[in-house]
Amino acid sequence: MSTRGKLGQTPSQTVGPYFAYGLTPQQYGYDFASIVTPCMAGPEVEGTHIHIAGCVFDGAAKPVNDAMIELWQADATGRYPGTDGVNNRFTGFGRCGTNADGGFFFDTIKPGIARPDDAPFINVTVMMRGLLLHAFTRIYFSDEVKANAHDPVLALVPAGRRSTLIADHHAAGKYRFDIHMQGPQETVFFDL
Amino acid sequence: MLDLNPRDWSSQPAYIDSGYRSTALRGPTRPLIPLKPALAALDGPVFGHEMIGALDGDLTRNGQRNGAPLGERIIVTGRLLDEDKRPVPGALIEIWQANAAGRYIHKVDQHPAPLDPNFFGGGRCLTDSEGRYRFLTIKPGAYPWGNHPNAWRPNHIHFSVFGRQFATRLVTQMYFPGDPLLTFDPIYNSSPENVRTRMVSSFSLDVTEEGFALGFVFDIVLRGTHSSVWEKA
Ligand SMILES: [Fe+2]
Repeated sequence: MSTRGKLGQTPSQTVGPYFAYGLTPQQYGYDFASIVTPCMAGPEVEGTHIHIAGCVFDGAAKPVNDAMIELWQADATGRYPGTDGVNNRFTGFGRCGTNADGGFFFDTIKPGIARPDDAPFINVTVMMRGLLLHAFTRIYFSDEVKANAHDPVLALVPAGRRSTLIADHHAAGKYRFDIHMQGPQETVFFDL
Repeated sequence: MLDLNPRDWSSQPAYIDSGYRSTALRGPTRPLIPLKPALAALDGPVFGHEMIGALDGDLTRNGQRNGAPLGERIIVTGRLLDEDKRPVPGALIEIWQANAAGRYIHKVDQHPAPLDPNFFGGGRCLTDSEGRYRFLTIKPGAYPWGNHPNAWRPNHIHFSVFGRQFATRLVTQMYFPGDPLLTFDPIYNSSPENVRTRMVSSFSLDVTEEGFALGFVFDIVLRGTHSSVWEKA
């Protein structure tokens, strides 16, 4: 691609170990308001309320206690907040730092779908110390077997790796989604 | 219809970098799966002025308890642009940094340099209609880390940036011109040699305020867009 006359993209750097007081301050008890939290949907938001929890693991299967996860998702009708006509109190955006055990959680709603061929999913951004460039992945849902079968993005993923993108519906309204940076269960990451 | 330009991989670090030890077990090892522009196109979250506190962009005041923080006052400003020099307005920029002594307020930072009771080190603002942002802060100190013997991070400010699209997300670090530690820093040097200097701010006498604060300019460039019309032809 010619770069003549264009500005060069700014390189990425790691978020480092000390982002917590700046990016997720309330969660860690710092005296600074968080502008985004893991609690994405209050009771007033329409839709099926769900709880997603999981852990981030490194290549030695050790929990990563200084990762930050961001979610960005559609509302229950499949439309993203900020789109014309979407007028509710759901921001669609959440952020959570991992705890000492590598754990994170989000309270949100199950997203709807924008296009009939899509399965419901949530966009995920993963950052941590030791990760020089954030990684994009997606959360799909294990109770959407039919929809997942014809989703155009899941179709791009080798069948043996698709399960890394599917949150396990293990109890009513509760999903488990772990992120493996490396290893036999390495999460599928996308180039967007 | 506008599609987002691809990530310029020649401007980005590799996920596994032999100089930066923690990458060995944390960087993905399998190839990323590319999504076609039509599948990847997605506007990102929108942030409003009501989310930003009056002192959020002034780190010399937002952590004060009984006086002014110690250290050199600096102004850090610049523009958020895309590759075609178009400004990105209304974008959220968050920063965090060490104090003048090189110590973070973060509970995990055990570097035996003093905390400053009047300095917090976190801030944020939205870019204006010309893509401009501005922070008033204290010049951060260098600090040691455990990557290798006698390892020191150069003076730097961490930046978190949202562009218009979900995929324009950027987390980076801003450095200072002429810092002798840059040569030895594996994180700075994880970026390809010809693009590293994009992360180094420049000193500006125009931004410097007489008798008050030194000025540094750091422009940030996100991926641009191109017309996707040709795909239909
Ligand atoms: Fe740092």
